Amino acid sequence: MVITKDKFVLKLYITGQTSRSQQAIANMRRICEGELAGQYQLIVIDVLERPQLAEDERILATPTLIKELPSPLRRLIGDMSNTEKVLLGLDLRPSTEFKSRRGGKQ
Amino acid sequence: MRLKEKTRQIEKLKTGISGFDLVANGGLPKGRVTLVSGTAGSAKTVFACQFLGEGITKSNENGVFVTFEERPDDIRRNMLGFGWDIQRWEAEGKWAFVDASPEPAQAASIIGSYDFGALLARVEYAVSKVGAKRVSMDSIGAIFTRFPDAGIVRGELFRISSALREMGVTSVVTAERTQEYGEISRYGAEEFVADDVVILRNILEEEKRRRTVEILKFRGTNHQKGEYPFTVIPNEGVVVIPLSAIELKQKSSNIRVSSGNPELDKMCGGGFFRDSIILVSGATGCGKTLMVTEFIGGGASNGERCLLFAFEESRERLFRNAIGWGIDFEQMEKQGKLKLICEYPEIMGLEDHLIRMKAAIDEFKPNRLAVDSLSALERVSTIKGFREFVIGLTSFLKREEVAGLFTSTTPTLMGGTSITEAHISTITDSIILLRYVEMYGEMRRGLTVLKMRGSMHDKDIREFAIDSKGMHVGKPFRDVTGILAGIPQHVSPEEIERLSGLFKEEEYQGVR
Repeated sequence: MVITKDKFVLKLYITGQTSRSQQAIANMRRICEGELAGQYQLIVIDVLERPQLAEDERILATPTLIKELPSPLRRLIGDMSNTEKVLLGLDLRPSTEFKSRRGGKQ
Repeated sequence: MRLKEKTRQIEKLKTGISGFDLVANGGLPKGRVTLVSGTAGSAKTVFACQFLGEGITKSNENGVFVTFEERPDDIRRNMLGFGWDIQRWEAEGKWAFVDASPEPAQAASIIGSYDFGALLARVEYAVSKVGAKRVSMDSIGAIFTRFPDAGIVRGELFRISSALREMGVTSVVTAERTQEYGEISRYGAEEFVADDVVILRNILEEEKRRRTVEILKFRGTNHQKGEYPFTVIPNEGVVVIPLSAIELKQKSSNIRVSSGNPELDKMCGGGFFRDSIILVSGATGCGKTLMVTEFIGGGASNGERCLLFAFEESRERLFRNAIGWGIDFEQMEKQGKLKLICEYPEIMGLEDHLIRMKAAIDEFKPNRLAVDSLSALERVSTIKGFREFVIGLTSFLKREEVAGLFTSTTPTLMGGTSITEAHISTITDSIILLRYVEMYGEMRRGLTVLKMRGSMHDKDIREFAIDSKGMHVGKPFRDVTGILAGIPQHVSPEEIERLSGLFKEEEYQGVR
């Protein structure tokens, strides 16, 4: 598929070093290593340290993951504890109707 | 230490919103979060913006505006009409937006647990950036529709409102209501965000819109109870009309001024008192506008400044009428002694009329004022709204020590009581009745001074005539009775003689 050739730029916004933040970071690292090894960039931004970035991106809830590249832009909110949903949200999995038609990737 | 903290009086922060601080006995509780709840179109956003705007312009207190609904650009544009240049304030570092409005294109998917840490961090950042003393959040209902779990949203908003208190800022948080009289706000916001609740209403009553503000609770501190009318006007925003909060501490003057008609002055025991309110009641065409014209003419010839609000006739017609009675309004206006304001009552609500009239009085500073006619204004309001208007206007006139003459048109040709009279008669100092008297197939006009507070006055019902010089008061109707009731009956002279003799005797006995 085309998407796997693109470089992924993912920004993860967190608020301080809370357990929820840690969880989100760990989940994202695991998912990225599993699916996008070598072709991703995961940038963790702590809004307590860089509030202006959060303002510019209009981040409300944390953790928030923004997939900047490849387009389209995607926003995911939460601790990313559901891998399947994360992959779906990042367009790394075809949606279910897609899957049934093409027989899926798994 | 803690006890001291607790027993300390709750300080109020003057909002600067016109009239609101009077109703709130000084302003919003300082350092706390006040929920401002209202239905759609109840001016919540205006209130929230004005709270910050007045802080910047009047108290030199900067503000942060957190918007959940409208885009900052829309707010900047919409508020320009009130004279609030938000963009300039932003450039000057006095106002900061925290833009939490929904992004149109992308709905975020929720995966796992989250909190509003970023929002809180942004609010804190904005507050410290501009050194804010005031924060407005508008409106929190919008955030519930974007996050599926209302429980989490509630908890997070509670956390944010506690954080606002800790930051030491005074905050206004707006929320929607679904009904004018019902639950305080949707999602029960009052339970988790605020100590204090203010309700804005926009009620449809007898096909007329009426805005009111009510302070529902101020925890631990006092405020005026009940609903107060308010209006939203260009270049000012929300203006609350604090009726019963007006103190009744009017001075009273013994100085008399001329009514503009020497004969009427005589009937009133030497003229009207300088700061009195006079009501002239009469049927259409009975001479009310003439009385107003003479009142104004008398003022101007005495060197006083006169203001006339006309709600029934145009300038040209008033000019022409006055000339017909020998009074030159045009000349008086040129000399700056008269200001004539002609308006249709229907062009705006009564609250707006009141504010416009007050502004005109403030600007022109008249010695006397006439409203012709007050009853024309009944049309644009409910009875309750009208009563509030009359009280508001008269108390303002009293405070400014302006002599006021109001006219009221009776519902029927032969008299009767209009709504105006029923609501205003106790407020006025003097009442003059003009009535038609039907006598042997002829319509004649009668006048009586019904009430003259603090003075002797003529008790007769006198006939009066109108000619090119104005009004001429003549002899009393001696052989007619029932004029005021609208059913004049003729009485024979002998009967009058007998009756007055009867009363005189009793009177003497009573004195002894």
